Amino acid sequence: MGRFHPHSPDPHSHDPHSHDVHEHGEHPHGPLVPAAGELDHSGYGTAAERVEVLERILGENERAARANRAAFDAVGVVVVNLMSAPGAGKTTLLARTLRRLCARRRVGIIEGDIETSLDADRLDGFGAAVALVNTGDGFGGECHLDAPMVASALPRLPLAELDLVIIENVGNLVCPAEFVVGEDLRAMVFAVTEGEEKPLKYPVMFRSADLVLINKIDLLPHLDFDLGAFRRNLEAVSPGVAVLEMSARTGAGVDAWCDWLERPPRP
Amino acid sequence: MHELSICRSVAEIVSRHAAGRRVSRVRLRVGALRQVVPATLVHCWNVAYGGQPAEAGVELAGSVLAGSVLAGSVLEVESVPARVRCRGCGERRELVRPSTCCPACGTADVELIGGEEFLVTSFDVEPLPAAV
Repeated sequence: MGRFHPHSPDPHSHDPHSHDVHEHGEHPHGPLVPAAGELDHSGYGTAAERVEVLERILGENERAARANRAAFDAVGVVVVNLMSAPGAGKTTLLARTLRRLCARRRVGIIEGDIETSLDADRLDGFGAAVALVNTGDGFGGECHLDAPMVASALPRLPLAELDLVIIENVGNLVCPAEFVVGEDLRAMVFAVTEGEEKPLKYPVMFRSADLVLINKIDLLPHLDFDLGAFRRNLEAVSPGVAVLEMSARTGAGVDAWCDWLERPPRP
Repeated sequence: MHELSICRSVAEIVSRHAAGRRVSRVRLRVGALRQVVPATLVHCWNVAYGGQPAEAGVELAGSVLAGSVLAGSVLEVESVPARVRCRGCGERRELVRPSTCCPACGTADVELIGGEEFLVTSFDVEPLPAAV
């Protein structure tokens, strides 16, 4: 998995002494952000007791993701988490992908959307099993899919009959990168209309992707977009990442993407 | 943008460890590469849990419990910079630009040694009120 620390989940979770920022004569702690409005606790004694925890904040999501992954592995289905900014072309790409792949692969889609079924409706009729997850029921509407949400969709997919599941995440370049859902691989769609500097602005998302699809290349003649500069920026934040240039509208490069899906690299 | 759901995860962790004791202060350690805005996190915490007397705890999207052990608690976020150790030149440096290449020699062959932290480190509990 293309996380920042692919092989060491979090060295700090159980060992406070590994906290490296003390070593180099810098501020031992970063700035503290204080909260306003402390309460009057005068009805209580004065000595507060400190309880050491050192627990990963997203540990619960990670446990749920491992359970999802076990369910996927048990039936041998490959799962790809597809992420992008809103409007980068995930759904258009998926419609083209299903048109090509459904003849020879059994595909399931988990469609994350904040409120509507519009995207899921666009993917109907290709022969894929589609399970919609509206994230709007959450705590104010979530901007990403998390592992429990993906788990909630699994009973609505004939998982044991599928070869491939593509999770279309909520369009967002920030939050989905933080939440593993049990996927084997992460792919992200970047549209050339978004600008060359995007990898530098959203390095966590770009680094988390195993494959970056450069979409809408049919628009290049009409844009000032500098593809070389984009690829240099991408290389700076994610050295050696796989890249495909494509257009979901014209279909250019979609075969290469389908090949990647059918013969995914070993994670 | 997901600070509210992160607050909920923090609340679940702390409530579990607090085991009914009233919590006054919660401390997090957040690396610079985590896409979380500390001030937003604190704001969300105050909306959801802080600054509210226990008896006036608001119900927010069904997730905040009136009378929660967290009511009125303060959230502190310790920010940790992103750091790399370069396998090429051996330097350990703090990252100040988005690029994860070594700031000293420019090579991409680096090991990230800080910046991904995302932990509840500790919290304070109030002692029980003295028996009258």
